[in-house]
Amino acid sequence: MKTVPLADAVAMIPDGARIVVGGFLSVGTPERLMDEIVRQEKRDLTLIANDTARPGVGVGKLVDARCLRHVIVSHIGTNPETQRQMLADEITVELVPQGTLIERIRAGGYGLGGVLTPTGVGTLVEEGKQKIEIDGRPYLLETALKADFALVHAFLADYLGNLAYALTARNYNPIVAMSGETVIATAEHIVPVGVIAPDHVVTPAPLVDYIVANG
Amino acid sequence: MDPQAVIAKRIARELRSGMLVNLGIGIPTLVAGYAPPDVQVYFHSENGLIGTGAIPAEGMAHPTLTDAGGRPVTALPGASTFDSAISFGFMRGGHVDLTVLGGLQVDQSGHLANWMIPGKMVPGMGGAMDLATGAKRVIVAMQHTAKGQSKIVKSCTLPITSARPIDCVVTELAMIAFSNGQAVLTEIAPDVSVDDVIAATEADLVLSHDLHEMMI
Repeated sequence: MKTVPLADAVAMIPDGARIVVGGFLSVGTPERLMDEIVRQEKRDLTLIANDTARPGVGVGKLVDARCLRHVIVSHIGTNPETQRQMLADEITVELVPQGTLIERIRAGGYGLGGVLTPTGVGTLVEEGKQKIEIDGRPYLLETALKADFALVHAFLADYLGNLAYALTARNYNPIVAMSGETVIATAEHIVPVGVIAPDHVVTPAPLVDYIVANG
Repeated sequence: MDPQAVIAKRIARELRSGMLVNLGIGIPTLVAGYAPPDVQVYFHSENGLIGTGAIPAEGMAHPTLTDAGGRPVTALPGASTFDSAISFGFMRGGHVDLTVLGGLQVDQSGHLANWMIPGKMVPGMGGAMDLATGAKRVIVAMQHTAKGQSKIVKSCTLPITSARPIDCVVTELAMIAFSNGQAVLTEIAPDVSVDDVIAATEADLVLSHDLHEMMI
């Protein structure tokens, strides 16, 4: 793990990269990384996240600043700007049931090719997907999602990169941290090793490539 | 009584101590407010919280303690927080005892449509498909009609949320249960007649042997 200034962390992300970002309606989203992606005017990113938040917050900032080309999310209903850009063919949107989305991201990070889920069977979601019967019950084969960069926000990060999360800001973050080729984390507090007890570490340090320095 | 209050009050009577319950947005959210005081249920928020409490007192909100709509909530004694994979494992895995969902249409065989209106409203399904597919019991809370049209139809014209039929729908007029592909009228609201319900319903209704007035 390396500690990097904010600008250097985001400079690693090229235009056109595929990013997976923690957060649920911006709660638990690494806001400083979002602001810096906007400031560095990244373009044509593919975003994998739970939702597109609201204008002006979380990944909604990336929508506002037109950093995105394609989004894979479960919900865009809270962000009229995403809907406007979708209808204007400025971005493309793949809507995935939330439980399927988190499992596809998990599969990506856990070395699985995909998962079998009953969610979506018999609905529009099953179009073009392989259906597999197990013990007489139909499941959809939903394939794994991986990303070039995982952007994570923790409550605590220690000097080695162990992470712990707070309350409902945990959400996608620990799963996202498994599924990025490069993992960049921000934290509310950067603390000495040992402050997070081994049993309270949620994301172990070897997963985390970069902690964004304070300041 | 306000139609939404009738619906929420009736559904609140289905709550039992110890149940794990997920409430959708809209009318379902109101159900929590009518839970009998002696009934202690665990409310599940899909963003990763069991033991969701009321809206915090002024000045006590925390930005990392929110419900699935992103609103500040409190956590009750015994609450727990967890990641989204666990949260949806609870839903799909049949660990949620009851979910109450809003609806655009419910059809005669119990199919629910509640996530999109093609060409008009495409917000995304969020967690609705997982809940409708995996919760042990699914109750839909919705008004009986919209713009004079029955929302309880012969066959859904809107895209369905799950192939798995719901257990029942509660409206301001009636409670209708679904079994073996039939819509069974089990309860009618006070001051509503069976004929009123039939007239307001496009689906064919079978009358329950135990048809009675809704207690609210």
